[in-house]
Amino acid sequence: MENTLRDPQKLPGWGIDANPENDPTYPMREPRMNVSQDPDSKHRPASLQPEDVEVLKSIERPNVSAVFGESSPPVGLSGMIRRFAFKYSESHYGHWLPLLLADRVNVVEGIIEDLGQGKVPNIFAEKGYAAEWKHNRTAFVAKMATIAAVTIGSILILTRDNDKKNKYQY
Amino acid sequence: MLAMDYRGPKRVRATQKPMPEIKHPQDAIVRVTRSCICGSDLHLYNGNVPDTRVGMTFGHEFCGIVEEVGSEVTKIKVGDHVLVPFNVACGECHFCKQGMFGNCHESNTQASAVGGIFGYSHTAGGYNGGQAEYARVPYANVGPTVIPEGMDPDDAVLLTDVVPTGYQAAEMAGIQKGDTVVVFGAGPVGIMAARCSWLFGAGRVIIIDKEDYRLEFARNYANCEAYNFEKDMDDPVVFIKKQTDFMGADCVIDAVGAEAAGNAMQTITGRKLLLQAGSATAMHWAINSVKKGGVVSVVGVYGPTDNLIPMGNVLNKGLTIRGNQASVKRLLPRLIEHVQNGVINPKALITHRIPLEEVAEGYRLFSAKLDNCIKPLLVFPSSNI
Ligand SMILES: [Zn+2]
Ligand SMILES: [Zn+2]
Repeated sequence: MENTLRDPQKLPGWGIDANPENDPTYPMREPRMNVSQDPDSKHRPASLQPEDVEVLKSIERPNVSAVFGESSPPVGLSGMIRRFAFKYSESHYGHWLPLLLADRVNVVEGIIEDLGQGKVPNIFAEKGYAAEWKHNRTAFVAKMATIAAVTIGSILILTRDNDKKNKYQY
Repeated sequence: MLAMDYRGPKRVRATQKPMPEIKHPQDAIVRVTRSCICGSDLHLYNGNVPDTRVGMTFGHEFCGIVEEVGSEVTKIKVGDHVLVPFNVACGECHFCKQGMFGNCHESNTQASAVGGIFGYSHTAGGYNGGQAEYARVPYANVGPTVIPEGMDPDDAVLLTDVVPTGYQAAEMAGIQKGDTVVVFGAGPVGIMAARCSWLFGAGRVIIIDKEDYRLEFARNYANCEAYNFEKDMDDPVVFIKKQTDFMGADCVIDAVGAEAAGNAMQTITGRKLLLQAGSATAMHWAINSVKKGGVVSVVGVYGPTDNLIPMGNVLNKGLTIRGNQASVKRLLPRLIEHVQNGVINPKALITHRIPLEEVAEGYRLFSAKLDNCIKPLLVFPSSNI
């Protein structure tokens, strides 16, 4: 596994896409229209997707795009946080940090939703630990053992504290 | 239908979901035949991209057979086997008209900076992706491209993102004949960027990563020099300066983005606390190791919030920094030609085939870099192509 300098001209395809007028801004050299040069710049597709689910809108664009995804409309507490986030522009922490918080809240909502449907999420399977077990067993076992040890250790410490408290209770 | 289902950071599963429907006259429904897990899906998987909602289906690299089309779809028909570029693009707006299909203004309501991307959080439009038996494909006259006669679908699926993104990374680097190009990140896109750098006439291509198996793959696939930043050097910036007579590389490509390892402060503030949009380590190395007047080309995914970037050095050094999502549609004709002529061999990147039912293990395998995984492909029970 040695690194050797190659003669690039012997590689298939070497240089075939080089532009003779290439400069560091290529492909910006391609004609670029200003909005003012494009009388049609406000052009929109003729049909618009009907807004039959709640779609949050960036305040940096006035309308709903002609098509949009509707995979997971805002729900519950996470949805409320998301609606709040969309009061701020994309250049503001007030937009992104609440969204990240909403994502975490949403995870808990997902578990509650699963339980509500009588389904206990199989977190071991969802985390794909079977792959770790197959391809990374030693490290995986060590990691799980550490987690177990820390858990048991914490329980012992907590119990010991309780004993201590009890000692001084008369 | 069976679909990948995001449940929270590092938790995904395959779940039965309702069939997608036509929502707009230019929509098509596609029965997916191939779908990849992408390195940028791992940013979603790790919970680092804002507005990634529980219940979403990921997947922006897929091809499939057209099952149903809306009333305004004329360019493809039921039964066509199409590859679907990862960008959702209308083809008519101010940006699409200039070939900036990755920057369409009519595909994402929820952010103005980024266009619509399949299966890539609500920040990128809230579309469900192709890691499912069926997918809704908006603007079916624009993106979906019939797979040419004789092309292996395994090659086609990589033309949806990996090949054009790697190619555009090299294009944006403004490579001049004989240039020394450094690529940070030997994932599939970095490897492809290294390969494509030769097509623009690079004189020397160096790739840097920390996984030996990826470096060995890159060395063979991209005919480039490959170095491990943990083993072969103390400091990648000094290393590159030494390699280039202390001038710096002519062009540097950042194909890492927000998951970068290698700097504890970046890891804590970026990847753990989410105070930055991921770890900007690769960006720092790129800016600091390129020569004065050089070009930094960014295709690594960074989140939308702030990053602590050495902006002072961008000014001091007179750098050109370019970055973009690849405009797949613009590049496809040229890249299809390259694949057909054997100049690029995309499917050689695929190392794993994982049934959709085992999607959770697929994500774990890829994100934990187990079993020498370079590029995992999801295979579908309903597809026998
Ligand atoms: Zn991708
Ligand atoms: Zn557009």
